[in-house]
Amino acid sequence: MSGNRINTAIKKNLVVSDWSSTDIANPEYFHKVVDCQYACPAHTPVPEYIRLIASRRYTEAYMVNWESNVFPGVLGRTCDRPCEPACRRGRVDEEPVAICRLKRVAADNRGDITDLLPEIPKNKNGKKIALVGAGPASLTVARDLMPLGYQIDLYDENALAGGFMRSQIPSFRLPEQVLDDEIGYILSMGVDTHFKTRVNSMTELMSKNYDAIFVGTGAPRGKDLANLSGRKEADANIHIGIDWLGSVAFEHITSIGKRVVVLGGGNTAMDCCRTARRLGGEDVKVIVRSPFSEMKASPWEKEDAIHEDIPILDNHVPKAFIHENGRLTGVEFEKVKAVYAEDGSRKLIPLDEKPVLIPCDDVLMAIGQENAFPWIEKDIGIDFDQWEVPLIDELSFQSSLPNIFFGGDAAFGPKNIITAVAHGHQAAISIDAFCKGKDIHDRPAPLTNLISQKMGVHEWAYHSEVSDDDRFLVAQADKNNTLVDRKLEVELGFDEQQAFAEAQRCLNCDIQTVFEEVKCIECDACADVCPTDCITFTEPETEETLRTHLRAPATNQEQALYISQVLPTSRVLVKDEDVCLHCGLCAERCPTAAWDMQKFLYNVCKAGQINLLDPLTRNRRN
Amino acid sequence: MSYIRPKIRHPETPINDIGYTRKNYEGSLSTLCAGCGHDSISAAIVQACFELNIEPHKVAKLSGIGCSSKTPTYFLGNSHGFNSVHGRMPSVATGANMANRDMIYIGVSGDGDTASIGMGQFAHVVRRNLNMLYLVENNGCYGLTKGQDSATSDFESISKKGVPNPFEAIDLCGIALQLGATMVARSFSGDKEQLVPLIKAALCHEGFAFIDVMSPCVTFNNNKGSTKSYEYVRDHIETLGVVDFVPMKDEITTHYKPGSSQEVTLHDGSVVRLQKLDEDYDPHDRRAALDKLKESQEQGKELTGLLYLDPDSKELHELLGTTQRPLRSLTEEDLCPGVNVLEKINLSFQ
Repeated sequence: MSGNRINTAIKKNLVVSDWSSTDIANPEYFHKVVDCQYACPAHTPVPEYIRLIASRRYTEAYMVNWESNVFPGVLGRTCDRPCEPACRRGRVDEEPVAICRLKRVAADNRGDITDLLPEIPKNKNGKKIALVGAGPASLTVARDLMPLGYQIDLYDENALAGGFMRSQIPSFRLPEQVLDDEIGYILSMGVDTHFKTRVNSMTELMSKNYDAIFVGTGAPRGKDLANLSGRKEADANIHIGIDWLGSVAFEHITSIGKRVVVLGGGNTAMDCCRTARRLGGEDVKVIVRSPFSEMKASPWEKEDAIHEDIPILDNHVPKAFIHENGRLTGVEFEKVKAVYAEDGSRKLIPLDEKPVLIPCDDVLMAIGQENAFPWIEKDIGIDFDQWEVPLIDELSFQSSLPNIFFGGDAAFGPKNIITAVAHGHQAAISIDAFCKGKDIHDRPAPLTNLISQKMGVHEWAYHSEVSDDDRFLVAQADKNNTLVDRKLEVELGFDEQQAFAEAQRCLNCDIQTVFEEVKCIECDACADVCPTDCITFTEPETEETLRTHLRAPATNQEQALYISQVLPTSRVLVKDEDVCLHCGLCAERCPTAAWDMQKFLYNVCKAGQINLLDPLTRNRRN
Repeated sequence: MSYIRPKIRHPETPINDIGYTRKNYEGSLSTLCAGCGHDSISAAIVQACFELNIEPHKVAKLSGIGCSSKTPTYFLGNSHGFNSVHGRMPSVATGANMANRDMIYIGVSGDGDTASIGMGQFAHVVRRNLNMLYLVENNGCYGLTKGQDSATSDFESISKKGVPNPFEAIDLCGIALQLGATMVARSFSGDKEQLVPLIKAALCHEGFAFIDVMSPCVTFNNNKGSTKSYEYVRDHIETLGVVDFVPMKDEITTHYKPGSSQEVTLHDGSVVRLQKLDEDYDPHDRRAALDKLKESQEQGKELTGLLYLDPDSKELHELLGTTQRPLRSLTEEDLCPGVNVLEKINLSFQ
């Protein structure tokens, strides 16, 4: 106890410099408190749509998603979910909220949204844009620019749009219908599609006098092990993972050998092995260089593979393809162990053991992929770095040729769908500004709103009670059926009751605790009632010092401290945002309403500033 | 709609020596008015018991009637409790304590429950030096019946009704001192840094420990003109110094300049240390304590801190020479020792 500290009541003439109170007027402060939204590359207002799901307003929940991330149905099944590791629930409970699968609930249960889609002007604005590659980045650019009156030409070498969402993600994870529906919303805006049209020359494309060109060609080149012994000889049975998945998706390939080795530890490797199981692979193994815990694949994708009887062998480095009479018979591996230097860097040190031979009929290589722009001439003014990656402005996605923009994997290398969507939104803003002759570095501010949720003494406009439930598991279809039907979706999704219960696990982090110094009488009621000891009244200090002597030490440096202005007793209120449950008890126990629970909406501005979250705009649309 | 405290606690919430977190010492969510000083006192009791590693089942909470007397519901939910008749908590506490001396007794009362209807009982429990913490949550008004002036309401203090109080206040600390209380302290609900060590010292003190805690009533007595409002108390507080409680097992590491601090060792070996602001003040001097109280009162100040502590206190069991064991543990053999013993007794009368 701090009895040896001078009593605060007699310490009125205290002067402490070098500290500052929190500026909650800065929209980024409260944005950061909404961990899931902050972590989402497209900054989807997650708690907002989760509450809509809980109240069975699925269509509205879908539209909140659609506005931000364009492909709710696709992402609700396939997203890399950067939101979930960030979820506050994961810091106070065993597992985060199943945000991704709740998104799917909104998509699966939505009503007809055609009336809610933006109107496409009949009179075009006279600007013509070309989009190269029909993946998520290009489609997002089209979605954002079509309502503004642009005329858009979309080029893709395949017969259907979707890019890697279609070619790389197997149908048992993402049914084609889901993809077709969401791509359909965009294409039916009147995009001029040029499918089965491979763009082979940027110069030629530029000669068509587009006002701007957007390159969303992804990272289409799968890495190879070209120098490994036997690679050429056994080529007939060695496949590049992403190419093979594409061939399966477009039904050029319908079978594989009984024994399959998948090289690589990322999500593509997981898709390869699970697809192989459905195409006749009986003994399918994933073999990876790194330790199991460091594999790049999402934990849930690894679980799903293991569930389908696919062993994952870690610490095995491929050394040679073994072949007989021009036919692959197996792969030879060297066993290694991971050794870590002080700086955290990893080395794989060979163990002094005999090489391991894994017999197999086919090998799928899913060891990474990279950008490739053989079709962009090197002398037209688009600068590339030494690794042939284009030099792109990170804010505007503009290349060194002012009218050419990049996005998605094509811009900064392979990431994921949600990142591609985020790029698409930003590129669309840039293209719109560019075509209107505005400064493309002048980015529009986010649209924010902060509204009190108070309805009565103990009543809030949100469900403030904190659920004690553990995370709900998503049921899967019977393995006996899914393994024989490549197109049968494995995950069944939450039913309505599960979805409601899972939605209730959300801590409503967007309902902010807002403190008003002038009303506070320093009765300590909030500090006493806070279940997670977030609130402390103390002498002002630097943030670093404060973190060590709050009611509970604030060790999570990623999370902000909310520091008030000086109160009448020369103290400040400090709230550690880290494990706040947003339960509203501080505000309920506050006699003067110095605390209030206020809903903070943060909407990244899109091209043309369409804002579905803005109640005024929403009403006008309805 | 809440009234429900989430079950989730801070993931790094401290654990005390007997394996409990503060949650194990909490009670139900308070239904008092938001901002009531009493809730802060409940939190201070939780903190003190947590820090003293007290096993909740070894505590009995006793109270009378009033807002203050409702509060035992809001702390130590795993302890025993008895909500008695108005002003009669001391008799119930005495009975319970006599029956089982192994328990820790926390009596919570208010200014009405103690200074009005319970004055007669209060006087005798002090006089008998019953081993308990007697804590008055003093808000100077009858909050539960819409804020009438209470017996501790200061002369001319104005409550929400707006009429100055025409009567002199009863100073409960002064009365406790005069009646021979062996530990007397006053504190403020809004100053846990002082209140928690005082409660800890009181719980370790053998004998009657009295703490009068000024605890503003936000609804009926937190207005301008009231001498029991948060603002008034903060502006007029005068403290005897910082109280520090050092449990027996801990080494005393901090040192104060000589004369400014005074240490008092309790029965269990723990130390109460007073870092004094007035070097001449001696917390072992009952008369000085009374003088100091009077002096502060005349200066319009609210004196807080440890006023008096008698480390050689003899509590009621010791004074009466009662059995060392709780009555419930006495067997038939203990209570009916047999003919031989009876004969010995009879012989002693011859």
